[in-house]
Amino acid sequence: MARVEETGGDREENKEEETSWWSPEAVEGGRVGEGPSRGSRGGRGGDGGRPDTPPPPPYSDQVLENVLENVLQFLVCRRDRNAASLVCRSWYRAEAQTRRELSVGNCYAVSPARVVRRFRCARALVLKGRPRFADFNLFPLGWGARFSPWLAAMATAYPWLERVCLKRMTVSDSDLAFLARSFPSFRDLTLICCDGFGTAGLAVIAVLCRNLRILDLIENDVEDEEEEVIDWISRFPETTTSLESLSFECVNCPVNFSALEALVARSPSLRRLRVNQNVSLGQLRRLMARAPHLTHLGTGSFRPGIAEDLNVADLEQAFVSSKSLICLSGFREVAPEHLPAILPVCANLVSLNLSYAVITAEQLKPVILKCNNLRTFWVLDTVGDEGLLAVAKACKNLHELRVFPFEATEDSEGSVSDVGLVAISNGCRKLQSILFFCQRMTNSAVVAMSKNCQDLVVFRLCIMGRHRPDHITREPMDEGFGAIVMNCKKLTRLAVSGLLTDKVFKYIATHGKSIRTLSVAFAGDSDLSLKYVLEGCHSLQKLEIRDSPFGDVGLLSGIHHYYNMRFLWMSSCMLTLSGCKEVAQKMPNLVVEVIGDRPKDLDSDTVEKLYLYRSLEGPRDDVPLFVNIL
Amino acid sequence: MEAVAASYVKDTELRLGLPGSEAPEKPAMRGGKRALPEDDEAAFCKSSPEDASGLRSVGAAPVAKAQVVGWPPIRTYRKNNFQARKAETGADASGLFVKVSMDGAPYLRKIDLKLYQGYKELKEALDSMFKSFSQGESSRKEGCNGSEYAITYEDKDGDLMLVGDVPWEMFTSSCKRLRIMKASEARGLESKQ
Repeated sequence: MARVEETGGDREENKEEETSWWSPEAVEGGRVGEGPSRGSRGGRGGDGGRPDTPPPPPYSDQVLENVLENVLQFLVCRRDRNAASLVCRSWYRAEAQTRRELSVGNCYAVSPARVVRRFRCARALVLKGRPRFADFNLFPLGWGARFSPWLAAMATAYPWLERVCLKRMTVSDSDLAFLARSFPSFRDLTLICCDGFGTAGLAVIAVLCRNLRILDLIENDVEDEEEEVIDWISRFPETTTSLESLSFECVNCPVNFSALEALVARSPSLRRLRVNQNVSLGQLRRLMARAPHLTHLGTGSFRPGIAEDLNVADLEQAFVSSKSLICLSGFREVAPEHLPAILPVCANLVSLNLSYAVITAEQLKPVILKCNNLRTFWVLDTVGDEGLLAVAKACKNLHELRVFPFEATEDSEGSVSDVGLVAISNGCRKLQSILFFCQRMTNSAVVAMSKNCQDLVVFRLCIMGRHRPDHITREPMDEGFGAIVMNCKKLTRLAVSGLLTDKVFKYIATHGKSIRTLSVAFAGDSDLSLKYVLEGCHSLQKLEIRDSPFGDVGLLSGIHHYYNMRFLWMSSCMLTLSGCKEVAQKMPNLVVEVIGDRPKDLDSDTVEKLYLYRSLEGPRDDVPLFVNIL
Repeated sequence: MEAVAASYVKDTELRLGLPGSEAPEKPAMRGGKRALPEDDEAAFCKSSPEDASGLRSVGAAPVAKAQVVGWPPIRTYRKNNFQARKAETGADASGLFVKVSMDGAPYLRKIDLKLYQGYKELKEALDSMFKSFSQGESSRKEGCNGSEYAITYEDKDGDLMLVGDVPWEMFTSSCKRLRIMKASEARGLESKQ
């Protein structure tokens, strides 16, 4: 394969093909508009014909590359690195040698073998598997995104691996054990929304990872072992640990408290501790006494245990002593009368998560009115519009707000509404990110927010009753969302809901030029909506759609853009097998998966679930029975 | 026996009524526990011509009260957290989560019984959930895996019962957990009182 030659006019062409072999994300908007050439995967220039390392460059170039490596190692930002790697082959090589953190947004877009071949010296991996809709039971179990193949490749290639962060991957106990055994320098493990593991895996991590600094388990679906729950907390070595962060709120099994207390006592570097709801208030107080320098605290149940007799004053003292606290969460079963115990730290709080605390506005007010430096606030809608008014009054620096529903059903009463949204928009002018669940909303409230909060980057409004119009005018919610895309110029993420026609999608297409993630559910009238979005939203990376009347015509209108996207998800729409096949035929570097809940689903012509994504690898080899790759 | 068969037929019949709404008549309760008649096992396995997709609305007016999968978009993790507390306060639980275990499968799963209108949907859901564990051909056959596995449940009193025995509402209110076991083991239940 003559491609290996460095010189000559080949260079420009080689550069394009090479970038398509790594991450399509490396090529910013529009560059791979035509898609990588068909042959780039298997034919000319494909991996099969290319040796693992090109022959070494001439001596002078080697010196230059070494110098370059020394400079490039200071480049940290992924986009900068991707850009640097496109300059020429020399830079490409140097960058590949010096990249320490690998970030793979879709574990099926690129194979472990390919990654490991290009990047030789990685120390950290960030890997994402299933798309977000998997969190809502839309992906059948066993669909994929297993960590094992990545682990196998890295065990030989990156013996000095230090950090792993996984999101929505399936990680088994044996994976965790293998990880613990394979990487002696391993330090940081973060698992977010993953599944497949239980306390057995955690125990091995505890025992073998002697340099563990971070063990953050966030909203994982930890396997319920019932009889075989292992006391993993007591498996940490008896010596002083290097733990800086320990989060296990989602590991919902009883905790050996004395082991936990002893662990905290011998972890002088511990700054972030988030315990599960089986830790009582009295126990929490003891933990806080052991770790007075904590910055982040997940408080567990925040309820006295059965035999515990605590008064608020005692508890308050614990908070007075924790002068470094800036982030509080937990409150899983909070006894509201104990909440004021946190008052001493409120003024310093930057982040407060009360989204599991079933409290009223009256119970919230004394606390929130002191939280004047709050930037992130998560809360339950039980505080009502009145509670939100208090937030608006007190938290002038608020950047992120999330209001979750206590009753997550379509026909629940709903305690927050347009009134609360307007209040927030008036008081929190610096708002950048909002997630708001409600049952009643008006266009004028959303318009108000679009005008008051011009810094909005993320706007996610979920009107839980499907197809609900503006509850005062009875009009569709088109104008509200239209105003958001028109006025919030920095918007990159949008989730729409309520009664919506094709019109709103025209607005989104016209004004939402920076939108990268769009979530659509029960919206739109016709294929026009999908067409508008795919033709107009040039920055679109992730599009997730459910239960909307979009069919093959809409799907096909995105053919020019799918290579620029990470994925498209469409479920319960009006797609047919022939439409999806056409997309698959026209776009060879796209993997088009048709997912069925039952085997017979795959035989019918209607496509219930479509998941398509660009990939350098073609159809994956771990396809389960209920998935058909076209 | 007649009444039970009738209630099962009702679960699978095509109706014009809103899903989730039930005709008021219910079969008489003849004591809490009965042996499972032979007929019902066959009835339970019967493959049905209609599928559940008709229940989902696509862009049309909303169907009141039918629970749609994954809507509102709240993670199960979060929903589970409130379920127990709502039961305590007597407020309407937004879900009826029960654990499901399968003999031979390493881990338990949780499902929300409120998502299903009847035994057929429940069975389909369990089929797809444990698909990756059941290796046999039976898992691919539409509707019937009775040849290999039987679905049982533990009721409020801790007794193990065959699923499909009692009317659906009675089942959902008394079922504490589900267990999928080999059909050979389940046969013993038929002879229990």
